[in-house]
Amino acid sequence: MGRKLTDLLCRFYLAIIMIFLYVPILVMVVLSFNSSRSRVVWEGFTLSWYARLFSSKQILGALATTLEVALLSAAISLVIGTLAALGISAMRRREYTITMALTNIPMLNADIVTGIALMLWFIHFMPLSFNTVLIAHITFNIPYVILAVLPKVQQMNISIYEASRDLGANAVYGFFTMLLPQLTGGLVAGFFMAFTLSMDDFVITYFTKGAGFNTLTTMIYGEIRKGIKPEMYALSTMIFVTVFAILLAVNVLRGKEEKDEAYY
Amino acid sequence: MSGLTKRFKWLATPYLLWSVGFTVIPLIVIVRYALTDDTGAFTLSNITAIADPIHARAFLFSLEIALGCTLICILLAYPLVMAFRRLRLSRGKFMMFVLILPMWMNFILRLLAWQMLLSSNGIINNLLMRLGLSPLKIANTWAAVMIGVVYEYLPFVVLPIYNAVMDIDKGVIEAAKDLGAGSMRTFWRVIFPLSMPGLKSGITMVFVPSMTSFVIADLLGGGKLQLIGNVIEQEFTHSMNWHLGSGLSVALMVFVLASMALTVKSENNVEEDRKNWEES
Repeated sequence: MGRKLTDLLCRFYLAIIMIFLYVPILVMVVLSFNSSRSRVVWEGFTLSWYARLFSSKQILGALATTLEVALLSAAISLVIGTLAALGISAMRRREYTITMALTNIPMLNADIVTGIALMLWFIHFMPLSFNTVLIAHITFNIPYVILAVLPKVQQMNISIYEASRDLGANAVYGFFTMLLPQLTGGLVAGFFMAFTLSMDDFVITYFTKGAGFNTLTTMIYGEIRKGIKPEMYALSTMIFVTVFAILLAVNVLRGKEEKDEAYY
Repeated sequence: MSGLTKRFKWLATPYLLWSVGFTVIPLIVIVRYALTDDTGAFTLSNITAIADPIHARAFLFSLEIALGCTLICILLAYPLVMAFRRLRLSRGKFMMFVLILPMWMNFILRLLAWQMLLSSNGIINNLLMRLGLSPLKIANTWAAVMIGVVYEYLPFVVLPIYNAVMDIDKGVIEAAKDLGAGSMRTFWRVIFPLSMPGLKSGITMVFVPSMTSFVIADLLGGGKLQLIGNVIEQEFTHSMNWHLGSGLSVALMVFVLASMALTVKSENNVEEDRKNWEES
């Protein structure tokens, strides 16, 4: 097969997968501008769902809750997970194997089993509420942070930390100035992964949230039978576009940095 | 190992406490529910209920969906990874970017979009009819559920395979080519075997969720097609038989852990080998 033909085939295949991945998103974006409430008929362009969105206390409240859970759970699991990664890499073989098996449990178990098990446990000592959702999210996020940070810990150069200690730095100062900066890539990836998974979670939130409060996903699930409010399409489009813009900016900046570095 | 000395071990303490409190104990609690009935007496019937025809049917359907989904995802992932490599799109985090981004459109809305695309008078069928073709009948069939699970979980198979392939030393691939191996031979004899760790973690990431994702089956299966996840969910939200729901969950968990044991075990062996080697 000719080189060019193979390249063309690659591009074609890539295009098909991209269409597969992004067509449903396009559908939602288009619907957010559709003046009809109906999901099937296009009746012209409107921005009114976006306008209404900002006066819906219910939706904005769910958005705030979702962001709060995602930020808090990502931040807390980042701290616990990073400390864990440092501890794990210092462990002997047997402890290491046991801890990693423990880490694998929430990742291997079905979400529905994790959610139900947590719910059954929570009801023994605390009402299902914001806090139980937060604890549940931290629980499923920590393993992802560990997996993102552990490889960086294992590549870490520790002698500069030892040197700083020898030169009189205390452990905490040495940790923050010598070790932590080496983990940045893993920390960013872990935090981002945790934040994304938390924002997108449905099953575990559904079982641990109790009555009376909603994240965006559980709110949308509740609306399925009576029909989704088009404001939801508008909100989701805005979230999507925001994240797209942020990621694009980060990628472009990073790409630039890489090019700059190439000159040295 | 990075040479962190033993005194760093205690840093894992908060995590271990958390893990015991919110992973281990909840599992003990659900097992206790599974092994008792309403009166608190010991019983195995909640677990053996998985063999009841109605539950067994859901379980087998889940297996079919999970196996099919895993296989399709793998078959889609390798050409995608190779295309990325060939077109030199591998620089930076472009792949990750493209695959993770769809997760930022809400999970349930993504599925509703598929519902609209696939429904009998939906977007795809409208297009087909305009082109003078006969409409498809995939709404509310297993095919629709399959499209849903493949859509949701494809990124989780592609990313680890992609990372594994990108970790392969370029010299090894060039050596194969220099020694006269064609593209196909290089793929099957060098790239594919060396991507095994990625393939394994891809499988573990996709198999279980595709078996249990009751929302996907609900929305795309038209309420008639039930995964084991749907059965468990209904025991908790409609039938209110928590003991039976827990029993089925535990049966599912045992099956999952048993079937993953092989995969994970061989992975651990690699890690253990490395640990051994590093400690020596």
